[in-house]
Amino acid sequence: MSATSPAPSRAPSSGRLGTVVRHHLFWPVAALVLLLAVNTVFRPSFLRVSILDGHLFGSPIDILRNCAPLMLVALGMTLVIATRGIDLSVGAVVAIAGAVALTYIARSPDPGSAGTALTAMGIALVLALALGTWNGFLVSVVGIQPIIATLILMTAGRGIAMLITQGQITTVTSAPFKTLGAGFWLGLPVATLVAFGVFALVAVLTRRTALGMLVEAVGINPSASRLAGVQARTIVWTVFALSGLFSGLAGLVLASNVMAADANNAGLFIELDAILAVVIGGTSLAGGKFSLSGTFVGVLIIATLSLTVTNLGISPLVTPLFKALVVAAVTLLQSPVMRRKLAERTRRVAPEPKVVAR
Amino acid sequence: MTSSDAAGRPVVEMTGISIEFPGVKALDQVDLRLFAGEVHALMGENGAGKSTLIKALTGVYGIDSGEILVDGAPQRFSGPGEAQAAGVATVYQEVNLCENLTVAENIMLGNEPRRFGAIDWRATRRRAAEHLATMGLDIDPSSSLGSHSIAVQQLVAISRAMVVDAKVLVLDEPTSSLDADEVARLFTVVRGLRDRGVAILFVSHFIEQVYEISDRMTVLRNGARVGEFPTAEITRAELVSRMIGRTMEVLDDLQVRTEHTVDPAQGSTPFVRAVGLGRRGGVRPFDLEVYPGQVVGLAGLLGSGRTELARLLAGADRADSGSLELQGRPARLRNPRAAIGHRIAFSSEDRKGEGVVGDLTVRENIVLGLQADRGWLRRLPGKQVDEIVDRYVRALNIRPADPDALLRNLSGGNQQKVLLARWLATAPELLLLDEPTRGIDVGAKAEIQRLVADLAARGMAVLFISAELEEVLRLSHRVAVMRDREKVGELTNGPDVGVDDVVELIASGGDH
Repeated sequence: MSATSPAPSRAPSSGRLGTVVRHHLFWPVAALVLLLAVNTVFRPSFLRVSILDGHLFGSPIDILRNCAPLMLVALGMTLVIATRGIDLSVGAVVAIAGAVALTYIARSPDPGSAGTALTAMGIALVLALALGTWNGFLVSVVGIQPIIATLILMTAGRGIAMLITQGQITTVTSAPFKTLGAGFWLGLPVATLVAFGVFALVAVLTRRTALGMLVEAVGINPSASRLAGVQARTIVWTVFALSGLFSGLAGLVLASNVMAADANNAGLFIELDAILAVVIGGTSLAGGKFSLSGTFVGVLIIATLSLTVTNLGISPLVTPLFKALVVAAVTLLQSPVMRRKLAERTRRVAPEPKVVAR
Repeated sequence: MTSSDAAGRPVVEMTGISIEFPGVKALDQVDLRLFAGEVHALMGENGAGKSTLIKALTGVYGIDSGEILVDGAPQRFSGPGEAQAAGVATVYQEVNLCENLTVAENIMLGNEPRRFGAIDWRATRRRAAEHLATMGLDIDPSSSLGSHSIAVQQLVAISRAMVVDAKVLVLDEPTSSLDADEVARLFTVVRGLRDRGVAILFVSHFIEQVYEISDRMTVLRNGARVGEFPTAEITRAELVSRMIGRTMEVLDDLQVRTEHTVDPAQGSTPFVRAVGLGRRGGVRPFDLEVYPGQVVGLAGLLGSGRTELARLLAGADRADSGSLELQGRPARLRNPRAAIGHRIAFSSEDRKGEGVVGDLTVRENIVLGLQADRGWLRRLPGKQVDEIVDRYVRALNIRPADPDALLRNLSGGNQQKVLLARWLATAPELLLLDEPTRGIDVGAKAEIQRLVADLAARGMAVLFISAELEEVLRLSHRVAVMRDREKVGELTNGPDVGVDDVVELIASGGDH
């Protein structure tokens, strides 16, 4: 992996517009706005939000609710990627967390009580944290490459979930547990509030303490950080543990939304969506500087995209193709080479002749 | 040594080669001649332009002016592949081979004999074995390269270069990671190639090796050619002083040397005392003491073990022999963090690789060490950060004085000052400075020197490493001399100690 990403081209576009265009969130936000616009053209009521039974209701709310699990997973992924790592096991952790919680509820004498639901969630989260810690141990202590280390749990995880659910799709009825994924509070989906709450928590954790800076230092230059006394090992370990914990929470949200634990399909391919969201948000896979707000926008884009496909009446089977197209477009627009080319094209300036000292 | 000098037309003749990088003249009108059947050493300090010259020859860099003749025909290679096709092969310092392939595959890569369009593996192994035999290497061609020592890998790399019947073989620091026996083996091969008429360009920092193997040498300094000498006609002392240069820098009224007549070592406990401290493959066991308020200079050429010594004291590498005492108490430095905990700061010579965190701001880079020491949870309050950053930006005259600038956008000298600020902010009691003034302009250099003198005057123990002997003598109370990964001597600085004394110690290796 290269040490640092190439320097962003400083195209001398002038004025306030130039400043806006050069902002690292400009293209992701533009893509999101464009997607919303396309939807509104096809269905003029798309952006309408109404109140039904005291809850907000409408496509924008759907997007906010549907994006919650991905948001949680992508937040952890952002931190992991900032340290030059990657976590492929998040989908498996999602499945395990859901399986553990629902199995516990199903077997408890009083599935409907709040205490049971809370205990189930607590057990699932502790287990998810332990799984993340395991990943962190493999990467930071044993020194296995992150992609391989997390591949272990990615492969084994669904098997573990199957063992827990004994191959069945566990379904339960528990009103308190259902609140997490399908409930509303102050008119907003609880899942959204949880995801946004965790987002705020991570933002505070990284930007109000020194964790963010140290994570970036480790991602940008590990040897310099080590010599500067940064506990790179602890930091890498911590971000993997957090990634596991957040994936567990995402698993609870998903399981509670459908009130079923499907070891095979819960959180399937969510690791890829999370990585896409992080990349769309402008965090480099080479590590270093990370942008939580970028990841936020990236998650919204992916959630909107899924809804767009349904909205346009296209078969959900081809959703991946559309995702790929949007991701390709956004990443192209973000690449320094493309930006320079575009700037040259729009300004119609011939490339400077190479000066050769003779 | 051989009759090569009279062989008439050189195989390679480079004249007036200049290469400019943004802001730096890397090579200025350099000439180089290589004759068939000679070993020609390319000498110079780090940054003198040796690598640049090699890369100009092999087509890695384009040249801005000058001419390269190979076998009398003008050539401008667009890359190493083209150079190799014309008979100029290079073996780099870091062995450029694939460890996971077999020896035979490495040697024949790209030149495999073919049969019916497919690679004939039996012939490949046979041809590889033949090449190995001419090197006197008796190893199994189907063994994996990674299972052999670095020395053998180096010889395999040379075999690979000779597959294409190279007329010119460039060896860039081939011995830097070899022990004495392995060097002897390599030299046998090199002599064999020389006797077969190959022109060999040999780059090394080991003076003794250069005297052992080379017939002639070209000396570079600061991107310019100092001269071309038959090895037998230049003494070691003369060579060292030509490599280092004798130009005294124009410096302000640093009265450091007179102050240094009183050594603060008298009667106190040393901050650090190393007894027989060493590391295999790094530096041989050495004894060293540094007292509070004392500057100990470490002189020696690059690769002499100066850096390796400092890294042991910084916890960057772990010692495998000897013992260490800090302020009279035995200590063990397991990692840099432990050293920082003992108030030891280490500024690495590899500014880019081990110092600069380029995508972070000047502010973040300055507080990185201090913040790391406090742990991530106890973030330095913004006000305190501003105070520290402001103080050091001003005290060290960091330019631009913008704490929010990304460090990678600053000049080398200012990056160095930011790194110094990072270390000073941790309030060290022992400061290990490895080449703190290399590659920076005279003004910044003088500022850093003055700073070091001030810090020592205020009671800090300093280990100052520099290839510039004038600088070492100007600042140090004592000078420890390194050569060939070994501490060979130590002298007390004084008004009557000059650069010549140090050069002599380096050249003689403390034998006199």
